[in-house]
Amino acid sequence: MIRAIWRPACSIVLIEFLQQLVSGAAAGCVYAMVALGFVLIFKATGIVNFAQGELMMVGAFFGLTCVDIFHLPYWIGAILAVAAMAVFGMLLNRVLLRPLAGQSTLAIIMVTLGMSILLRASASVIWGPETVAFDSPFSRKSVTLAGLVLSQEHVAIIVATSLLVAGLFGFFRFTRIGIAMQATSENQLAAYYMGIPVRSIHALTWGIGAATAGIAGIMLAPVAFVHVNMGYLGLKAFPAAVLGGFGSIPGAIVGGLIIGIAESLAVLYLPEGFNNVAAYILLLLVLTLRPEGLFGVHTARRV
Amino acid sequence: MALLDIANLEASYGPVQALRGVSLSVAEGSIVALLGANGAGKTTVLKSISGVVVPERGSIVFAGAAISGLYPDRIVTAGISHVPEGRETFTARTVQENLTLGSWPRQDRGAIAADLDRVFELFPILRDRRTQRAGQLSGGQQQMLAISRALMARPKLMLLDEPSLGLAPLLVREIFAVIANLRQDGMTILLVEQNANMALEVADYGYIMETGRIVMEDRADVLRGNPTVQEFYLGIAGAAEAGPRRYKRRKQW
Repeated sequence: MIRAIWRPACSIVLIEFLQQLVSGAAAGCVYAMVALGFVLIFKATGIVNFAQGELMMVGAFFGLTCVDIFHLPYWIGAILAVAAMAVFGMLLNRVLLRPLAGQSTLAIIMVTLGMSILLRASASVIWGPETVAFDSPFSRKSVTLAGLVLSQEHVAIIVATSLLVAGLFGFFRFTRIGIAMQATSENQLAAYYMGIPVRSIHALTWGIGAATAGIAGIMLAPVAFVHVNMGYLGLKAFPAAVLGGFGSIPGAIVGGLIIGIAESLAVLYLPEGFNNVAAYILLLLVLTLRPEGLFGVHTARRV
Repeated sequence: MALLDIANLEASYGPVQALRGVSLSVAEGSIVALLGANGAGKTTVLKSISGVVVPERGSIVFAGAAISGLYPDRIVTAGISHVPEGRETFTARTVQENLTLGSWPRQDRGAIAADLDRVFELFPILRDRRTQRAGQLSGGQQQMLAISRALMARPKLMLLDEPSLGLAPLLVREIFAVIANLRQDGMTILLVEQNANMALEVADYGYIMETGRIVMEDRADVLRGNPTVQEFYLGIAGAAEAGPRRYKRRKQW
């Protein structure tokens, strides 16, 4: 930053770039969290959950209810909302998806699509169709970091995502149940043979997937407001998951970040309108060059 | 009273009836071989026992309790471990993780560690490769891993499905030696095999299945002496010949 004194023009460009990069990374983190829940559920249960974005929306409304309606302190309300989301995810699994075990993929996809419409409609009935502001302790505050002026909300999103990813990594790497979850997603039949309670594992996965979406919703709410259609953001999480290689957890995170940053830089450097399609152009490019996605692997089985 | 008693078991995959009333029993401490051609229903019998296939009719009684239709995790907890056909190891997990996953139903950590050592004594190659992914093992080593993984649950009854499938003859001998060893330690084993020769060598008793039914059962040494079994399952040509030679012999059951 010392060079800024001598070459102000250059540094403004640089700072502009860096600030846009951070806000893009923050948006990317939200995509990443939604994509992460998506990939977790897909890997464990084989279900493509098109309602993941709507789960994020419900999470935001849960947070809003806890903090602004029940007047709980922000952090307690947020934690309560995330826990409620975990229970809600397990409930969806138990009531709507477990009875469908063994049905065709298409039937299950239709159910998750129907679930997304149902969640949107129910949210509209319960909380109303208005757009609501939901302030967090970080709202409208900024932090100055080496000459960069960053929104605290953006920084909070990035920090929260990092913590969540680190937590999930530790869970899957080191705990008995985390390893059992990975094993179940790799070979469900073998998991049955080992006596692993596969149905409970599926329930737990839905709990984690919905809680992750809930965290994304609560973190996004102060930036983008809470409304019934905020779940459409899930449409960006989908390319994020595909970009990273559908079914890869690190891929979902990197994919989300890339899409968030690309969109944000498109605002700065490309003609107006490009930011909306940047995600999809990038997706087309990557899939042309590397059809299995960035982190995807060709799975070969020895028989 | 046998450890496992199956009576009139019927199961089907959609419209295809795989089991048409199978009855068999496995005495404690014995090895029982279940023989038959492809598609006879042997694997379905094992899957019905371990709860992966839900039978439509019939009863399965294990150690005095009816287990038919229970979820697989309950059946493993009850003391039955299934070593599936094709081994089904967790290829992306390490050898040690596979073994630990095998001990899933157990809580006794100290004893699990001791069992891990025991398994490594049984198959020293697994100790050397404990940090490698199971997918990097050879077919024979994966079979050893699959058997070891099932042992980690400390079962009372082991279901072994085609343990010799796709293995070199030398490895087949090694696997069967381990099976004979396990019995000496008191393990009860229900063994499904296409390699009838090897199976009847280690088994005490045998059943022969054809198209979903048991067509013959007897002590293993009696089965080995039976002319029809010799011709159709042991590959001893012409053993059942008596009188004028036919182009294709009819089975005598």
